[in-house]
Amino acid sequence: MIIRSKSSSDIPSSEITPESVYLNRRNFLKEAGLLGASTAGLLAGLPGCARGEEPGQDQDLKAELTSYEDATSYNNYYEFGTDKEDPKANAQNFKTKPWSVKVEGLVNKPATYQLEDFVKPHKLEERIYRHRCVEAWSMVIPWLGFPMADLIRRVEPTGSAKYIEFTTLLDPKQMPGQRIPILDWPYVEGLRLDEAMHPLTMFVVGMYGKTLPNQNGAPLRHVVPWKYGFKGCKSIVRIRFTDKEPRTAWNVAAPNEYGFYANVNPTVDHPRWSQARERVIGKIRRRETQMFNGYADQVASLYAGMDLRKLY
Amino acid sequence: MTSARVPAGGAVGQGASSEVREEARGAPPELQSTPGSRSRPHRKPAAPFKEPRYLHAVVIALSCLPFVWGALALASDVFRGTNYLTAEPVTEIEHYTGKWILRFLALTLSITPAIAITRLGWLIRYRRTFGLFAFSYACVHFLLYLTLDLELYFSEIWEDISERAYITIGFTALVLLIPLVVTSTKAAIRRMGAKRWKALHRLVYVSSVLGIIHFWMSVKRDLTSPILFSLLFATLLGWRAVRAMRARSA
Repeated sequence: MIIRSKSSSDIPSSEITPESVYLNRRNFLKEAGLLGASTAGLLAGLPGCARGEEPGQDQDLKAELTSYEDATSYNNYYEFGTDKEDPKANAQNFKTKPWSVKVEGLVNKPATYQLEDFVKPHKLEERIYRHRCVEAWSMVIPWLGFPMADLIRRVEPTGSAKYIEFTTLLDPKQMPGQRIPILDWPYVEGLRLDEAMHPLTMFVVGMYGKTLPNQNGAPLRHVVPWKYGFKGCKSIVRIRFTDKEPRTAWNVAAPNEYGFYANVNPTVDHPRWSQARERVIGKIRRRETQMFNGYADQVASLYAGMDLRKLY
Repeated sequence: MTSARVPAGGAVGQGASSEVREEARGAPPELQSTPGSRSRPHRKPAAPFKEPRYLHAVVIALSCLPFVWGALALASDVFRGTNYLTAEPVTEIEHYTGKWILRFLALTLSITPAIAITRLGWLIRYRRTFGLFAFSYACVHFLLYLTLDLELYFSEIWEDISERAYITIGFTALVLLIPLVVTSTKAAIRRMGAKRWKALHRLVYVSSVLGIIHFWMSVKRDLTSPILFSLLFATLLGWRAVRAMRARSA
């Protein structure tokens, strides 16, 4: 955990920007007469779009982008409340500056980075990924970030490191959800090292060409597009390399419902609901969920020989 | 304004304020709650608060409002792209109608205790009214689940109902209400006899408990709302348990 200095309570301008951007965008959508459930996503003319040679850059997904409004006002981030509208309502004054990230455990170069130094050496790129929640809804989001593998190479894990563990900030003063023991705070997530090294896995600092909004995990989160959304850890303050499988938050809370792997898998149902289909946010009809969320070509080999019914 | 009909027992036990009270009875419902018009029923049981003339119609109209609001909001979200029911309107409308089922069940179960406490016998008709609304909302809830959630994939429907405990429980809660609806008429009470009718209608307790379990199981992690509803139903059913025990020992 980091010690945060209690400086002024001023809201830095960088935190205000997304709101105005969002409002402008809304006006634009209204003016264009396209603020409709099925068409809002079509309009995402994104500045500085990376071209599609990158892994996971499916050009077809561009036409399916979730509206910025939905993606930033309807999500789970229990640190800011359990309703999906809570994160946006309660995260607006969350302080993301200064921010430091501690890298520790089985690495040759453990260090505590200021966020700027953590991100600076890497080239930010945009990746449009499907995002599938374990609750059977989905979005398509243009993330801005860099491959996790680049950072892992930078800090040089030792030969015995098998897993990587991420921890969210613990600060009940700023995160009202943490005052209630709904999960065993702070939120912890983890990946097998080969999953973390996979070119699709990325650290994210922005979305829709903008700084990551607080409610979406600012200032730093990670995204693993073939896993259920809860595998992505938000507001990361610690990255630990380890030889044991991390005890991840949802797995600790309800092990029969949420496994360590949490790969998107339409053939393995949640005990209480089917995972065969998903509701696309912004659309009414469901659609079929794809194996590994449509990334099977690229990631299925990671799980060769594993019983995905048991290791869900 | 016509003068009030004074019920048979109306003149019994009235003191100096009887004129005031009679005047108040003839006044429109909103004026009937002026001081003096409402006697304290536990002291003066013979002069109960009369049912306002349009109360039943008003209650029925109000009970339809959640349905109307939900239907309008859903239509707007689907066809106009608004977010009245969040970005996931189908899920939200299921939760919304589900909570209204529980509210109407709670209202249904609160009528008997309300009568026992206030001795306002005319309240009894509202038990059936609220019970039928609970069933109506349950039907809407189930139909939304079949059409918008499962989209009538019949293979999935059967799998859900038979294999997923929380769906099975919710479905059972709905089915148990059907015989109660069928026998909700006065003719049915006469046909069955009060004793058998009462015994059958105790199924509403089972249905309520199953509904609450269904609610608990549908919630991911935040149990605030299920806990509050559970306390409410525990109070309503607990009151009956206490009354039954007292009756037995008396």
